[in-house]
Amino acid sequence: MADYNKPLPRITAQTREFWEGCKRHELLIQRCSDCGTYRHYPRPMCPNCGSWNAEWAKVSGKGKVYTYMVAVQPFHPGFASDAPYAVAIVELAEGVRLMSNVVDCGPEDILIGMPVEVVFDDVTEEVTLPRFRKAT
Amino acid sequence: MEKVTLRDKAAIVGIGETEYSKNSGMSHRALLLQAAARAIEDAGLSPKDIDGVVPAMNLISFEDLAVNLGTEDLKYAVFPNMGGASSVATLSSAAMAVACGIATNVLCVAGWNGYSALRLSTLGKAADAAAGSPIPMSSMISKLRDFEMPYGVFVPAQWYAPMAMRHMHEYGTTSRQMGAVAVACRKHAQLNDKAIMRGKPMAIEDHQNSRMIVTPFRLFDCSLETDGAAAAVVTSADRAADMRHRPVYIMGVAEGHPVPADQIAGRRDMFQIGLSFAAPRAFAMAGITPKDIDVAEIYDCFTWSVICQLEAIGFCKRGEGGPFVEGGRIELGGELPINTHGGLLSQAHILGMNHVVEAVRQLRGDAGEAQVKDVEISLVTGWGDLADGSIAILRR
Ligand SMILES: [Zn+2]
Repeated sequence: MADYNKPLPRITAQTREFWEGCKRHELLIQRCSDCGTYRHYPRPMCPNCGSWNAEWAKVSGKGKVYTYMVAVQPFHPGFASDAPYAVAIVELAEGVRLMSNVVDCGPEDILIGMPVEVVFDDVTEEVTLPRFRKAT
Repeated sequence: MEKVTLRDKAAIVGIGETEYSKNSGMSHRALLLQAAARAIEDAGLSPKDIDGVVPAMNLISFEDLAVNLGTEDLKYAVFPNMGGASSVATLSSAAMAVACGIATNVLCVAGWNGYSALRLSTLGKAADAAAGSPIPMSSMISKLRDFEMPYGVFVPAQWYAPMAMRHMHEYGTTSRQMGAVAVACRKHAQLNDKAIMRGKPMAIEDHQNSRMIVTPFRLFDCSLETDGAAAAVVTSADRAADMRHRPVYIMGVAEGHPVPADQIAGRRDMFQIGLSFAAPRAFAMAGITPKDIDVAEIYDCFTWSVICQLEAIGFCKRGEGGPFVEGGRIELGGELPINTHGGLLSQAHILGMNHVVEAVRQLRGDAGEAQVKDVEISLVTGWGDLADGSIAILRR
């Protein structure tokens, strides 16, 4: 793991709970305590009702590929041996969307609308990235 | 009370460009100043006459501009921060300033050493260089960094590719249709002295055979990386009437921002881009409809972005942008010629300020071999920072 050479997320006051959830292999999404609206990426205020009150809700981790792209040319040395690799925008069952990789599946086998589920990749001691695989 | 409008209150009276190249050999400050000086000269003004400055983004500081121009009383200085949408957005800011009497002659300028220094295709390496701290280019990039770069999303082609893939899925848009945009721009570049791609004609097969960068974008779906700068001078309509060139009046301007603006993934409607909000406002201000546009300079960071914007403007319906660009409709001689200078795809990537310059040339009748006949009204758009949008409708 010491030679992990891809960019890692910075863990900030705003994002700490998201990444700590990932380390425990739980997908936590911020949800407004007042109106119940989910939001991602983490932010201070609810765009629906303006509330500052939020909780971290454990979500199912199940969703669908809303759209995706296959990176053929790597633009970062850390991804040189991965190319071609797929990056998808996944729409979770809860309605919120996030960007991630689809793994265990060739880029050519990914389809928009394909059901996927979260898997957790412990890339370093400190950071676990949520990724997705084809759901059965 | 009379309705307040900016329509026809301001005019573009000067335009200027540097050489467009892959190695300017100049500092980016000198480059922007050279474009500025040329635009000021074109307006028949002296640098000291400029009392307002609106650079696109913080590519050059107000202080740098003012001290070099010899400004003794800088009355207005502001910059739009919308990535590639900033250049066209400088026009609305300048127009407001001169229409309200805040300033008299406002300089709008954009440019960079986009090949020899700041290549957008090297943002991945910039992310490394800035590890642990926000990347200086923009706050938006620093958000991308935490939730997208770890997954391998680094460059604008990768930001927008998922939008294009979804468009293909929903509406059947094809790579060949995107290629039609690239071919039109390349065709027009053959007529433009400053075009990087002059002398390198391209057929649709060349586009189809070009290497895949990120699905669905092939190499020739992506804009150039260029060193260069361009500028425009805006003054009030009253003053413009007595100046060197026939004035180009600003009929309608607007900017717009998608929701949420800081990420593409979370947008409920991925094709409701900034321009979807801005275009109706600009047309309402101008009091015209898309049918009245004679020539359009559309921000073409990627071929598909043009298709998406043509829909957002209302030149065609949602989902019909692909068929719309086929059959030569957007080429010179077609129903709606676009990017008559070659665009970012084939002239140069000057952040869209080169589109502003071309829109003015068309209205002055100075577009040379690429001149569209009897142009009365031109349109220019900007797209940037995850599809913020800007638009200006100009008339002679
Ligand atoms: Zn709420």
